[in-house]
Amino acid sequence: MNLDSLLQNLGEWLRGTGAESDVVVSTRIRLARNLADVPFTTRASPAQKGEIEGRVREAIARADHTPKLDYLSVAGLPPLDRLFLVERQLISRELANALDGPRGVAFDPRESVSVMVNEEDHLRIQVMRSGLALDEAWDTIDKVDDALEARLSYAYHERFGYLTACPTNVGTGLRASVMLHLPALGITKEIEKLFRSLQKINLVVRGLYGEGSRASGDLYQISNQVTLGKDEHTLLVEIREVIDVALKYERRARQALLKERRQAEQDRVARAIGTLGSATMITSEETMELLSAVRLGIHLNLIGDLPPTTVNQLFIHSQAAHLQKLTGQVLDGEERNAARAKYLRNRLRDLGANK
Amino acid sequence: MNNPCHFCGQPATIHYTSLLKKKKVQQHLCERCAREKGVVSGEAAEAGPVPPLNLQALVQLIMGQHPAADAASLKCPACGLKYAQFRADGRLGCAHDYDAFRPTLEPLLERIHRATAHAGKVPRTRRRRAELDDLRERLAAAVAAERYEDAATLRDLIRRKEGAG
Repeated sequence: MNLDSLLQNLGEWLRGTGAESDVVVSTRIRLARNLADVPFTTRASPAQKGEIEGRVREAIARADHTPKLDYLSVAGLPPLDRLFLVERQLISRELANALDGPRGVAFDPRESVSVMVNEEDHLRIQVMRSGLALDEAWDTIDKVDDALEARLSYAYHERFGYLTACPTNVGTGLRASVMLHLPALGITKEIEKLFRSLQKINLVVRGLYGEGSRASGDLYQISNQVTLGKDEHTLLVEIREVIDVALKYERRARQALLKERRQAEQDRVARAIGTLGSATMITSEETMELLSAVRLGIHLNLIGDLPPTTVNQLFIHSQAAHLQKLTGQVLDGEERNAARAKYLRNRLRDLGANK
Repeated sequence: MNNPCHFCGQPATIHYTSLLKKKKVQQHLCERCAREKGVVSGEAAEAGPVPPLNLQALVQLIMGQHPAADAASLKCPACGLKYAQFRADGRLGCAHDYDAFRPTLEPLLERIHRATAHAGKVPRTRRRRAELDDLRERLAAAVAAERYEDAATLRDLIRRKEGAG
C-alpha cells in the first residue's frame, strides 16, 4: 500500500459532514477483542505474536463484510509513516512506537474502519464517522465484529464478557468517543464547569490524540469509562445524553458571543486568518488555535467563501508527518515551523481568503 | 493529600492511618464510597467539615482488605502470571487469569465499573449454541409429554438451524 496516496484525502473523521457538525467533529467506536487460546499481547512471544497476526490477517482477508480492509505491517514501516498513521487516527501512539514485534493495522480506503493487530489487545476494531453518528457507527462495528468472530475464536467469559488485557476494558470492550469543537465554552470559561459535571457521571474528557494528550484547538473527546455491567446500547445512550447537553451549552455560548461581542469576534477571526496567511514561522500548537478561531468564524457566518473542509485539510496537513510528506523532506522542529508557515501562506493565497 | 480513593479512584476526601499487626496502614476514601461502606453516615457527611466516623465500620474495612497476603502469590496456571505482577503493571497475561484471579479481581471490577457481570453482546456462535440448546430441551420435553406434532416441528427447526451454520 502506498501511504502517500492518502495524503490528499481527508479521511472519514475530517469530512466535516454529518449530524451536528457545527460542534461535533467526529464519532469513533472501538471494540477490544482477544483470541481465546493465545496469551494477551504483552505476554505473547514474538512467535505467538506472529501467529496472532497471521490468523487475524487471514480472517480480515476472508471476512464477508464491507468495506474491504487492506493490511499494513507497522513493524516494517519507517518512523515517518508510523507518525503519519497516528495523525490520521488510524493507529495509536503505542502501536506506532511503544510496542514491538509483529503488529499492524488493516483499514479501508475511506479510513472509516480500521483493525489494529497486537496493540494492548489482539484486536482493536475501530469505526469512524464524521459528525455525531453513534448508532450508525455501532451498526457498522457490530457487523465487522460478527464477520471477524465467524472466523476467529474470541476470548469470552460467561460472567465477564469479552476478556481484555486491562480490566478497565472488560465486558463490552467498547469505548465510544465523540470529538467536539468547543471554542465558545472556552472563551466564556464555562468549559471547566462542563468537565466537572462529566466526571461525576463517569465520562472521560481527553485531548485530540487520546489518553494523556492535551486539548488543543478547543477539540475535546468525550468517552465512556465503564465497559462492564451495561449493554452497548445503554453505554451509547448515556454518552448521547451528555453530548446533547454539551451541544446545547456550546451553541448558547456561541449565540451569546454573537449578541454581545460580534465585532470583537469578527476581528479575532480576521486576525487569525491574517496570521495564518502571513506568518513565516508557526508552531503546530498556534496553527491549531488559529484554525479553531477560523472554524468558529465559519459556523457563525463571520467569514464567507471558506468551507469547513478547508479548515480540516489545513489542520491535518500542517501536522508534522503530513507536512514532511507534502514537502518531501525530513524537517527538524525549526524547519518544520518555517515549512508549515509557507504551506499555510500558499494555501490561503490560493483560496484567496486572506484579502 | 492527592491520593485517590482506594475503591473507585476518584479524589479521596477521607484519609486515615491505622496500626495493624504493628504495621502502619494508610487508607483513602472518597465520600461516596465512605458512605456506601458505612464509614460515614449519609446526612452527617454534609453537616460539618469533619464527618463523624463509624469506627466499627472502619475497622471492618481495614481488616477485610488484608485477607490477601496470599492473594499476591496467586498464579495463573496457564500463563504463569502472578497476581502481584498484575497489580504492578495493570495488565493481565491471558484469558485464564480472569478465573485464576477471580476472588481478587471481582472486587477490583466492582471498583472500576461498579459492576461484576457482563450485560452486553454475546458472540454469535454462543448465541446460536444457546438457542440450539434451548430448542433441544424443548424437543425433549415435547417427546416426554408425547406432544409428537410439536416435537416434529422442533426437530425440523433444529435441523434447519444446524444446517445453517
